[in-house]
Amino acid sequence: MSFVKLTASAIAIAAVSATAASARDQVQVAGSSTVLPYASIVAEAFGENFDFPTPVVESGGSSAGLKRFCEGVGENTIDVANASRKIKDKEIAACAEAGVTDIIEVRIGYDGIVFASQLNGPAFTAFEPADIFNALAEKVLKDGEIVANPYTQWADFNADLPAADIMAFIPGTKHGTREVFEEKVLLAGCEATGAMEAMVASGMSEDDAEGACMAVRTDGKSVDIDGDYTETLASIDANPNGIGVFGLAFYENNTDKLKTATMSGVEATTESIASGDYPVSRPLYFYIKKAHIGVIPGLKEYAEFFISDDMAGPDGPLAEYGLVSDPELAATQAAVAAEETMQ
Amino acid sequence: MSDFTADNGPTNGTAKTSLFTQTARTKRRNAAETRFKVYGIGAIALGLFFLVALLFSIVANGIPAFKQTFVTIPVELTEAKLDKNGNRDPADLAKVTTFGYKPLVTSALIVALKEQGIEIPFAKEKDVEDILSSSVAAQVRDTVLANPDLIGQTVDFRLLASSRVDGYFKGRVTRESLVRDKNLDAEHLDVADAMVDAGLMKTSFNPAFIFGSDASESRPEQAGIGVSMIGSFFMMIVVLFLALPIGVAASIYLEEFAPQNKWTDLIEVNISNLAAVPSIVFGILGLAVFIQFAHLPQSAPLVGGLVLTLMTLPTIIISTRASLKAVPPSIRDAALGVGASKMQSVFHHVLPLAMPGILTGTIIGLAQALGETAPLLLIGMVGFIASNMPDGITAGFLSPNSAMPAQIYEWAKRADPAYYERAWGGIIILLVFLMTMNIIAVILRRRFERRW
Repeated sequence: MSFVKLTASAIAIAAVSATAASARDQVQVAGSSTVLPYASIVAEAFGENFDFPTPVVESGGSSAGLKRFCEGVGENTIDVANASRKIKDKEIAACAEAGVTDIIEVRIGYDGIVFASQLNGPAFTAFEPADIFNALAEKVLKDGEIVANPYTQWADFNADLPAADIMAFIPGTKHGTREVFEEKVLLAGCEATGAMEAMVASGMSEDDAEGACMAVRTDGKSVDIDGDYTETLASIDANPNGIGVFGLAFYENNTDKLKTATMSGVEATTESIASGDYPVSRPLYFYIKKAHIGVIPGLKEYAEFFISDDMAGPDGPLAEYGLVSDPELAATQAAVAAEETMQ
Repeated sequence: MSDFTADNGPTNGTAKTSLFTQTARTKRRNAAETRFKVYGIGAIALGLFFLVALLFSIVANGIPAFKQTFVTIPVELTEAKLDKNGNRDPADLAKVTTFGYKPLVTSALIVALKEQGIEIPFAKEKDVEDILSSSVAAQVRDTVLANPDLIGQTVDFRLLASSRVDGYFKGRVTRESLVRDKNLDAEHLDVADAMVDAGLMKTSFNPAFIFGSDASESRPEQAGIGVSMIGSFFMMIVVLFLALPIGVAASIYLEEFAPQNKWTDLIEVNISNLAAVPSIVFGILGLAVFIQFAHLPQSAPLVGGLVLTLMTLPTIIISTRASLKAVPPSIRDAALGVGASKMQSVFHHVLPLAMPGILTGTIIGLAQALGETAPLLLIGMVGFIASNMPDGITAGFLSPNSAMPAQIYEWAKRADPAYYERAWGGIIILLVFLMTMNIIAVILRRRFERRW
């Protein structure tokens, strides 16, 4: 029965070597696919310039990353979670329950969210949050009444927009981008059109009205994209009337296929986002387990390198790729150097 | 037969016809047969058409990934910048980061352009550096650190051009498409054209695509599939050394020794069911059992191999049992008849005869495992991972790595269109592996299989 012996010894060898080599020597990062490009650029430069191996950066989304981050402390849990939104209280509680108590929050910069369509498609050049709300919300205000969204063409509610069928590809609910879209576009549009007021007047509580404002129509005119921006791009490619929600960096890499629309009259550029004029932007973060600093070699160096002026500064490679540099970077640098944890 | 008598029989009383003239009914039957043949040929033609279209698009999209545009320029390695103390101490040399090397390369490019009489059409001469990949500083730095004696000399470097310049020579980027692109201007392409004329820039075969490691999103020109190929290799080793012995032992027991009762029936049904389980389920299982329970390292090819072993086992068991069944009972009877024990008859006679079938099944199972991405998603093998070449066999099994299909998936997701091209190129390499494995399986079957 030589193969039984072989199998047994193979498993034994695997088990022994696994325990022998469990002292991990590279930083492990997981989380938001929006932060992934930036993290990979930093990780690569980090591997080139330091005596540590290149950190491993996995994708999977902000929520999945934070979930894994909160699994516990130890070498076979990740050290850093990337997130395109702030960590939630619920997640902090889950972390604490698993023993992850000291978390360092690092804001790396800002990311703009743009509304783009086919370069040669209908002239979607200027949107207001109200337009997006009227096109995509489940219930809108029409002739002073709250009705199920009756619009089929953009020109139905705003004569300045092209008479093209409404077709939008928005990030699915597992994306951090979706939250920003709901809060900064749908909710803003809801208030601007007066639908919010009408809902409250009709007897809804404030919270319910907010929820109703952020509900997206389900008749197929708005499609949730659970994959990445490449999937949204493919959908837009196949759909001349389609409007897609993209990150600024992704758009800037695909300007030969896409054009963006201004939002409230402001064009999305790194400058307009940094100054706060462009309304739809959000901060990007990563979270570090303080307990891993000093245990996993290179972790603190990686975090400091990430937010150094060389990388995340206004002229660094991250800004070149599309990150909007944080004006308060110096404060973040000091906080990381002092290992300040969240309260 | 009754049709025949009814239609053509002489007792029928109808007009006598020769057997050679076709009645309407025979014609209908023949027509139906012809139609069926046409359907069959049509189905094959359609299948072939899709295959050819697929292969054509893969090759057409992927071939450019094997070529890359390189810039060859002399770079002066100024001592004042790279080694201020002049003592060639490695620790001091390492303090100069890639950010310190970048201006050195940029000014070398400007000098080289001026020497060739190529005009730099930018207000800031420094802007011309966008022609070069952002990997060049690291390349020069690595060379200097490996060989500090070069400091003070002027050395010829073969550097990567940036992905958009490279795309221009491959027809992916045009001057029109750059109008709204902030990464590169049309003027850069003018400079690039002049550099080609002057012999400074050349597009040639790029072995780094096949043997290199993954690169970050900002430099697709540097990315290669080599490290993830090694990841796949180590996973296949794990699969081979676990799935083959376990699978063969299980099938020999079930086929030759196990009693036929409801327990073995139940096991059999479950093995067949396992073969039909979606592969992502094995990924979830692997995450729960190997990583969360057994605390094996994340993203490691060992865990990937274990998960794929679970997935491959049913395939191997089913094909092994089929080939054991195909060995005629007379062989077993003869062996038992001359006094061999049950085990001797199996290991000396049945197993050798079934071996070609077992190996074929194993290779097909391995090929299937090689192309699998879904289970790897859950155990952390997809992302920016395949960046360090493992430095030994243990590291090969345990340090984080990706696999070829996972790398292709990752590239296809990235924003820069140059990565899309590399994804197609990766598919070509993966297909070459899969075809080789399948051809080996066919050859084994042809050469060694015996029929009774």
